[in-house]
Amino acid sequence: MSIFCSLRQLSVTYGRGAAAALDGVDLDIAAGERLAIIGESGSGKSTLARALAGLLPDGATVGGEMLWPGLGHPPRPGRDFGFVFQDPGSSLNPVLTIGEQIAEGARRHLGLGWKQAYIRAEELLGRVRIPQPDKAMRAFPHQLSGGQRQRVAIAAAIAARPALLIADEATSALDVVVQAEIVRLLDGLVREDGMTLLFITHDIALASGFVDRIAVFCNARLVEAGPVRSVLSAPKSDYTAALIASHRDLATPPLIAEMLP
Amino acid sequence: MSRLQRLLSTPEGVTGLAILLVLLSAGLLAPILSPGDPLKIAGHALLTPFSDPAFPLGTDRLGRDVLAGLLYGARTSLAVGLAAAFSAMVLGLCVGMAAGFAGGLVDEALMRVVDAFQIVPAFLLALAFVSTIGVSTPVVVLAIALGTWADPARLTRAQVLAIREQDYVASARVIGMHPAEIAFREILPNALPPVLALSATIVAGAILTEAALSFLGLGNPNIATWGSMIAEGRSVLRSASYLSVIPGAALAITVLGVHLFSEGLGKALGDDDARAA
Repeated sequence: MSIFCSLRQLSVTYGRGAAAALDGVDLDIAAGERLAIIGESGSGKSTLARALAGLLPDGATVGGEMLWPGLGHPPRPGRDFGFVFQDPGSSLNPVLTIGEQIAEGARRHLGLGWKQAYIRAEELLGRVRIPQPDKAMRAFPHQLSGGQRQRVAIAAAIAARPALLIADEATSALDVVVQAEIVRLLDGLVREDGMTLLFITHDIALASGFVDRIAVFCNARLVEAGPVRSVLSAPKSDYTAALIASHRDLATPPLIAEMLP
Repeated sequence: MSRLQRLLSTPEGVTGLAILLVLLSAGLLAPILSPGDPLKIAGHALLTPFSDPAFPLGTDRLGRDVLAGLLYGARTSLAVGLAAAFSAMVLGLCVGMAAGFAGGLVDEALMRVVDAFQIVPAFLLALAFVSTIGVSTPVVVLAIALGTWADPARLTRAQVLAIREQDYVASARVIGMHPAEIAFREILPNALPPVLALSATIVAGAILTEAALSFLGLGNPNIATWGSMIAEGRSVLRSASYLSVIPGAALAITVLGVHLFSEGLGKALGDDDARAA
């Protein structure tokens, strides 16, 4: 499988004297794979996503290399990668219609006129399974539910047919049922279009259900990376083992013991 | 519900809008309702209101029609007030956007200039400006705008600083939008509502400042203004108080109307924010 993007000793520091947010990360992203980046808050997983997307703040210093052999040139935002943010309530502009926000990427990168871009936006709304796409085109973000907004954000991210889709905690602000729907949707879209998916999350159980490979981050470092099955069944590091063990479901004993009368 | 409907659903909004519409039509229809120069001598001097059907609001010391003065004065007040507020808003928005976007030294420098303008009382600034440059309508407009652009500039900058950190601005960047486009299509429309709500207050202030300037004889002497009517009525305040009271009441109602309208507008736009959140 060919390498789409490879990171060599990538380090990111926010401001002078601050601790590194990413420290010497070596990671290859294969073309067409679905890679989950797992880690707790502050592990550097969002910094990785923002570094890839060129969204780091002005004061950040980046060391090491980011190579894009799959593209042969630095990635163009929107055209070569799409980005889905955590909170769809704030990642959609409240004063623009849904249609406008999705059509924007298509118009900009696919050389379409507004009219064709709107037609493409309506198709995309159908693909992300928004009911009544024609009505949703004229709606504003506040008129949709959280899950629908995230679908719209995904539609906007893939409007220009990017080769890579980065989902930065795209399901973390949603409830469990909607999370599953969004994951299923992402899975389907990535398969149909042959996109590479970078799925960033803290939820190892959610991610391991549909990705090919897992990369675990802890304290700004890459702890281990490998195929889902081998990471889950035979974690190389204690941290990954602890992360898998800390997964909670209804069978887990309650965190706070019930008071005995 | 559209913004207009929400504006009309508040009592303030309806009253304010009604007052402003009456004034606006009075100003626009002045040449039809009372043709000719409002400053010409039309009849006997000092006719009291309701005594002569030809002059419903009476005449002043020189025999000029008070109603004509009032109608044409509405024209001046609204035109100067709106023009001054508009210039102040445009200047304030530009400076605020520039400061908010550029950050760093440019921001510091622009904000110190804003400080300087906020420290000097707006009316004194206008007074000094008009008395040095000379009296004409554009100068009066500019003088009033100079004293009022600092507030919208500050508010716009604060809005831009808050909005540029929003995810939807980041998501516009990852779509590949140009920074200038992000500024005008993503940020400006979101920064506008509070600045617009402020604009009505600025209009009211501008109308008052214009009246005060012309009261002091620093308005354009060739056009009828409420301020100069009040000033002229002052010398006969004991015998013919209506000459000051009528334009004074018109001024008070206008400012009240603008404030009510702004109140209603603020509520309608505030609802908007609440629904978006």
